[in-house]
Amino acid sequence: MLKRMRRRYLALKIDSNETFSSREFMDAVWNAVLKLYGEYGASRSGLTLIDYDAEKGLAVIRTMHTTVEMVRAALASITKIRDKPAAIHVLTVSGTIRALYKKIKQ
Amino acid sequence: MKRLYADLHLCPSLKDSEQVESMIEKASELGYGLIAMSLPSNVSEEKIQQLRNICKENKVEFASRADLKPQTSKELLNSLRKIRRKFEIIAVMCESKHVARQAAKDRRVDLLNFPSTGFRKRFFDKAEAELASNSLASFEIDVKPLLTLEGPARIRLLSSLRREVAIAKAFHVPIVISSGASSELLMRKPRELAALASLFDLDKVSAIEAVSKNPLAIIKRNREKLSPNFVAPGIRIIRGGKDC
Repeated sequence: MLKRMRRRYLALKIDSNETFSSREFMDAVWNAVLKLYGEYGASRSGLTLIDYDAEKGLAVIRTMHTTVEMVRAALASITKIRDKPAAIHVLTVSGTIRALYKKIKQ
Repeated sequence: MKRLYADLHLCPSLKDSEQVESMIEKASELGYGLIAMSLPSNVSEEKIQQLRNICKENKVEFASRADLKPQTSKELLNSLRKIRRKFEIIAVMCESKHVARQAAKDRRVDLLNFPSTGFRKRFFDKAEAELASNSLASFEIDVKPLLTLEGPARIRLLSSLRREVAIAKAFHVPIVISSGASSELLMRKPRELAALASLFDLDKVSAIEAVSKNPLAIIKRNREKLSPNFVAPGIRIIRGGKDC
């Protein structure tokens, strides 16, 4: 029988003096995953952007539960977005979007 | 009980007090309970106290750290004699084999660090690990080069780190992961440092210990040694005076 896919939602904070579009942000994330783990690793991550607030510098992404640590490492390796100095920090990780927003509000 | 995290290697420019303050604030925001800053060996007691006060305001503990970069083992011994009792942490950047061996066997050295770009200057081999495990010195890994290097240089660094971490684990040498950050944007959360450690095959439990238990053990041991009541390991003065 096919195994049910378990996913994890990550709330992220973008630390920079600049604001970035969602496209620029996701390009940086994909590039970091590709650089560290290659195309095979990136294909396993199932990365998707769920929510993005450029003004507040907040983002929510989704990944597979097996690749959370991999994505965390890739996000930590980001030092630039659109050639501007930036850092991305994981605020919280959750199994459902609802629980994630609940955790952020707390 | 909540785990306490430590970053033993922040390197702000001490002349820029704004940067120092913002990095301390950031460390507190990122969830660190203790930080150590690399200080020059001639730093005044007032400066250390000033940094301690800023940290206290931000609810972070501060530990003083000196980074030694000796050219010869004799120079290392001289520096250790002069400054050991002044700092809570002594780290040695081992740029030659003689210095690396001397640092590994000297009980006054807490952290062994190796150049991140000079791959022929990484002397953490089995002999070094055996000496370090007997003297309780820890192997320090700075994450900053992993973030700033790219391409072949990063690949070579990761490959060296993977080999060295395996040796350190085999000889039970404690591993300490530090940020080595010189600016706010190069600072990472403890869990993020631990996640980056997976790149050189350090398992999750050991990686978390490398940012919490191992650095805190060094601080605890050294604070005990630097206390005026310390006599020898396991022996300290409890009470003094005529009634003893």
